[in-house]
Amino acid sequence: MTAVLAASEVLKQLETRFPGAVTASTDTVITVDSKSLLPVMMYLKTAPGLDFSYLTTITAIDYFQYFEIVYFLVSMEHNHTLTIKTRAYGRDDPKVPSVASLWRSADHQEREIYDLMGVTFEGHPNMKRIVLWPEFKGHPQRKDFLK
Amino acid sequence: MTLKTEPFVLNIGPVHPSTHGVFRMRATLDGEVIVDLEPVFGYLHRGIEKLAEERTYTGFVPLTDRLDYVSSMTNNMGYCLAVEKLAGIKVPERAEYIRVIMAELQRIAAHLISVGSFFNDCGAYFTPFLYMFRERERVVDLFEMVTGQRLLYNYMRPGGVSQDIPDEFLPALNEAIDQLKKYFDEYERLLKENEILYARARGVGILTKQMAIEIGASGPVLRSTGIKWDIRKADPYSIYDRFEFDIPVGEQGDCYDRYRVRVEEMKQSLRIVEQAAGKIPAGPVRADVPALIRPPVGEAYAHIEAPTGDLGFYLVSDGGIAPYRCHIRAPSFVNLTALRDMVLGWKVQDAILTFGSFAITMGEVDR
Repeated sequence: MTAVLAASEVLKQLETRFPGAVTASTDTVITVDSKSLLPVMMYLKTAPGLDFSYLTTITAIDYFQYFEIVYFLVSMEHNHTLTIKTRAYGRDDPKVPSVASLWRSADHQEREIYDLMGVTFEGHPNMKRIVLWPEFKGHPQRKDFLK
Repeated sequence: MTLKTEPFVLNIGPVHPSTHGVFRMRATLDGEVIVDLEPVFGYLHRGIEKLAEERTYTGFVPLTDRLDYVSSMTNNMGYCLAVEKLAGIKVPERAEYIRVIMAELQRIAAHLISVGSFFNDCGAYFTPFLYMFRERERVVDLFEMVTGQRLLYNYMRPGGVSQDIPDEFLPALNEAIDQLKKYFDEYERLLKENEILYARARGVGILTKQMAIEIGASGPVLRSTGIKWDIRKADPYSIYDRFEFDIPVGEQGDCYDRYRVRVEEMKQSLRIVEQAAGKIPAGPVRADVPALIRPPVGEAYAHIEAPTGDLGFYLVSDGGIAPYRCHIRAPSFVNLTALRDMVLGWKVQDAILTFGSFAITMGEVDR
């Protein structure tokens, strides 16, 4: 059974190394400030005992005030998993750093979020629409389209 | 006089028999060699994730059928597991067994199509494909007996399955298992060391272990590289921890290995079906679930080993009758990240074969 890593353990390590990076946490989820996202992710990927070499899923949720980006990390070596979240503020041009340089599985998934949610991933090698056509206006997965 | 050559762009698809749906590869060629390739998605994008936000939790089940439309049962299962996790619903024992039987039969049916169409891409036109369809018919007949449908079953529900299996199902299942075993042996004799297959598929489209992990590959594509990673074993859901089965892996991650992994997986699925059919208990097939499920505020992520790979459903609830957000982690979509690297430097016909060996379904890639 894939063990869901207790966030408190990882939290201690993160707080000593990256003070102020963690903005919130629950039992299983750690929310990281988007400015320190890349170094934190780099650490999670390479730190012995964590070894999150496998990024399965990235998704985004529109909460009106902010967009929440969710990352599901898995370590095949230790068979454990951790959920990391970060936030992108603003509706005109929300931005978070891209993790495609760490895990290439982020490549298509970040493009999809950009396409449907309109969150730009800075540093992504090919940030353009993926399922809709280039001339499309707007981002249909946003909550702007209320009945 | 020197001859000047320049690369030219070839559009493969979106409507082309080898793209298995409406997928487009924008290939840049130098002679016959691929020097660049850009996959183009979106011709079958229906906004299914958005549609989920306007439907009740139960009302979304028929739409999950339409993701990977050749493996509806496993899609249903993944989604129902996520809803059950979110709302804290306990599934009756009998329903769990029925689900496992259906999911594994579905894996056989889906792999039969994958392998059959893979042989089409190899150039063994339609003889193996129609053999595979003969056997798939056996499985589809069983599904029809239970659900009344032959492609999109809409069978599972949050809390169980829509209806109990009829009395004649188990005898028919046992008969089908015996026949499928014979058929599988027949394929092995016919295809395993087939000359066409050896010439076309061995050493072609190699995916390394390191790259497979990097691009987040899953399912047969990941296992063909030799990594033993199957959600049914790594993170057992439903009642998979009660069955004995092996995880077949490949050696070097080429097209031939991906075909082998699928064939071996079908045999393992048959083993699971046999065990489940022997132990199926009596009892209700659906938990007492209200017509309108209102899960508490929160989120849940459930994932299963679908025929194509790690299929995940992420649901966020705001306490209402419809999900606030539903994200589908489509294995085919993520697997395709590797396509460009795997075909660079190969010829066009190898690219077609490599793409075919992913066994993607566009319904799942585009959603």
